[in-house]
Amino acid sequence: MTQLKVYNFMGIRKYALVFSVVMLLVSSWSLYSQGLVLGLDFSGGTQIEVGYKQPADVGKLREKLEVAGFESPVVVHFGSETDVLIRMQGEPDQSLAERVYQVLQADGEEVELRRVDFVGPQIGEELRDDGGLGMLTALAIVMLYVAIRFQFKFSVAAVLALGHDVLITLGVFSLARLEFDLTVLAAILAVVGYSLNDTIVVSDRIRENFRKIRNTSAVEVINESLSQTLWRTINTSLTTLLVLLALFFIGGELIHNFAIALLVGVGIGTYSSIYVAATVMLAMNVDREDLLEPVEGELVDDLP
Amino acid sequence: MPNKFPLWKNLLILLIVTFGFVYAAPNLYPPDPAIQLSGQSGAMVIDQVVLDKIEGSLDEAGIAHFAGEADGQTALVRLQAIDQQLRAKEVIQANMGGDYIVALNLAPTTPDWLRNLGGTPMKLGLDLSGGVHFLLEVDLDSALTTRLEGDLQDIKAALREERIRYRTFEIRGNQIIGQFRDVDQVGLATSLVRTNYRDLQPQIGPSQNPLSLVLNLSEEASSTIEDNAIKQNLTSLRNRVNELGVSEPLVSRQGKNRIVVELPGVQDTAEAKRIIGKTANLEFRLEAESKSGETFEFRNPTVQGPDARLENKAVITGENVTDARASFDENGRPQVNITLDSKGGWQMGHATRDNIGRRLGVLFIEYKTKLEKSVGADGELVITPVPFVEKNIISLATVQAQLGKSFRITGLDGQRESSELALLLRAGALAAPMYIVEERTIGPSLGADNIELGVKSVTLGMFLVLLFMLVIYKGFGVVANFALAMNLVLLVAFMSLLGATLTLPGIAGIVLTVGMAVDANVLIFSRIREELAAGASPQGAISAGYDRAFVSILDANITTLIVALILFLIGSGPVQGFAVTLSIGILTSMFTSIVMTRGLVNLVVGGRRIEKLWI
Repeated sequence: MTQLKVYNFMGIRKYALVFSVVMLLVSSWSLYSQGLVLGLDFSGGTQIEVGYKQPADVGKLREKLEVAGFESPVVVHFGSETDVLIRMQGEPDQSLAERVYQVLQADGEEVELRRVDFVGPQIGEELRDDGGLGMLTALAIVMLYVAIRFQFKFSVAAVLALGHDVLITLGVFSLARLEFDLTVLAAILAVVGYSLNDTIVVSDRIRENFRKIRNTSAVEVINESLSQTLWRTINTSLTTLLVLLALFFIGGELIHNFAIALLVGVGIGTYSSIYVAATVMLAMNVDREDLLEPVEGELVDDLP
Repeated sequence: MPNKFPLWKNLLILLIVTFGFVYAAPNLYPPDPAIQLSGQSGAMVIDQVVLDKIEGSLDEAGIAHFAGEADGQTALVRLQAIDQQLRAKEVIQANMGGDYIVALNLAPTTPDWLRNLGGTPMKLGLDLSGGVHFLLEVDLDSALTTRLEGDLQDIKAALREERIRYRTFEIRGNQIIGQFRDVDQVGLATSLVRTNYRDLQPQIGPSQNPLSLVLNLSEEASSTIEDNAIKQNLTSLRNRVNELGVSEPLVSRQGKNRIVVELPGVQDTAEAKRIIGKTANLEFRLEAESKSGETFEFRNPTVQGPDARLENKAVITGENVTDARASFDENGRPQVNITLDSKGGWQMGHATRDNIGRRLGVLFIEYKTKLEKSVGADGELVITPVPFVEKNIISLATVQAQLGKSFRITGLDGQRESSELALLLRAGALAAPMYIVEERTIGPSLGADNIELGVKSVTLGMFLVLLFMLVIYKGFGVVANFALAMNLVLLVAFMSLLGATLTLPGIAGIVLTVGMAVDANVLIFSRIREELAAGASPQGAISAGYDRAFVSILDANITTLIVALILFLIGSGPVQGFAVTLSIGILTSMFTSIVMTRGLVNLVVGGRRIEKLWI
């Protein structure tokens, strides 16, 4: 049996730090300057999905709707050539969908009304607030749990790693102008769960090794822990990415962005569990002393 | 280190596995499309005779059906093909007439022995089954104002009776404000309100103008009014939905002032929206005699002119209506026959007795919303929903004689309007107006497509993971794959048993769980490999691998569970569906990937001398 190879992960932590900081800056800049493309769930409005038997010409449809007096309709293909998504800007109104459908049917072409979403403006606003609040609550509770189960420095590291993953995933959505809707919010929260899972497993090993290995530097302990968990990290990420690719390619338009958010999030989460959390711990001078078992515990153990 | 489970542990695993298979099984039986028929009133008997008539009309139309049943209350006929459901409904409705409610339904095909054990298939969310979802906001302020208006009229009358003189008495915001000429009258009025109107609290304070009386609704009274308004709206919505004939509709309260309505399988959304979304009420008001009163336009232009002036106070409102039926008068024009409750009948009799020769107007009140655009402070477009009320006179007819409990309304625009008005009156008035704030319609074919895509992606994702585990962990990969498959079975079993609704994001949750569930096994197997590499014996490595990995797995899963819980708490519909599957998946995967794989490993290699592990 061969001895486990220890990789010097922490040796390149400065480069990783630069990489992370650049990603965070770009994400923040994009979120600040151009924001997210909010989906209907958050922006409010009306959108209509219709299905045709033959491939539909979106340009002609747009013209047809404009002629019928609808203001600046957005008409795009949705998933396939025969599916069309129509979105009305600005003026959501409850009977809009029916009127649009009537216009589309007017010249006798066979068209199927597949989906209508109307979201009032107040709902979108509430969702935005609740979503942000939920994210912050999740982070706070997780921080508390990790602080209790591990130690304060670990909990700061875990939460910073989480924030890192969430911000960069949001940044990718902002940069790529991908639509951010409720399912993407769910995906981002799942990313929080996943990234946390990864960080906890690594932290767990670091804690174990700090207790077991004496007279070595923190950098070495962390390098050894990361090397030990490396295969697990890679294998779990791969299995998760495999199913996400399945969702991405055949899951359908409605969960396309959900899959993208998770693919990005899981990728970043895997990287951050190796580099971000550990780097933060080192920056906070984590060492053996932080993780000694409480003295009372040892006394109890020693009792006959 | 024998690595043997005691018998009871093995039996427990076997028990849970059996449980999983039994309760997941109902999902293997897809329901039949069916048509359900029930009477408009509970007194109608629906027996074999009715059933024969239904089946006869289906035969005539050439629609294949089977296994018809009638139990006195309802009749159910199963159809061979789902695309014939709509036509079957039309055929039956046309043949049976308006006294019956004909609804589309899905009849379960779960075998009896499974049903006796409480097994049911998973419910499908609207995005999978197709249907309509409405979120309605109840305007509670308007319920309070209505109440205050009633009190105001009563107080004014009581003051006049007691000869207490006031300058003005009116409603401003949520307060009733009275102005008086002298302080004594204020005192008298205050004590009158104190004794007779407990819910109204006179405002007292040093800053209070001594010549005015400000009345506030007590907090208790307002919350009771608000609560009752929501409850009454819920009740009348349920009644309306029942009249629509939808199988398994959902009408429930959400938050303080919202109501969710979900109608699975509804295809004619326009009709549903008209019935659900319409918040209409009726008021009967006498024509105003002098310059007082309010002017309303006629709903349909008549010889009586474009508008008429009616009194401010209603004789009765739609709340007093106990029954309303659409029919035709002698000339074949649509009318609605109305029956009032005893209080309404008395009030109507009282008001019309003294006013024979005057004209009585029927006022149709509809609550609507328009969206107004404005430009906000930061230059962006702000859209605010502005509720408004539309009041039109349906009819204005001279009172020929004293009216009693039953009478009729004419002057309606067609049969559709008369039957809708009858339905709205019958189902009960709304205590407060409601506005649609969210509406989602999913066509039936989109639902079917979503199911297909979901099943495909679960299958493909599962296959890839199984293959991956087999390649990486060989013999142990087989064990993990067993656990993974079992995890899916248990997940489905629990979701079916808990009555959780499966949505598209829910399916995504399942796929994600499949991917993440193997994590525990990856952790354990990596640990076993490490122990082996460090020179442990195969049996020792297995034992140590499971023990050491357990802490990590527990910590990681608890934190993910916390996130899922928060998702559930803050999310609505689809996000909650995702959170539910994720949470159940975490719990079942802990069992399958730790306990079950250990059991299997113990069964295969436990208690024996093993030279090499196939990992």
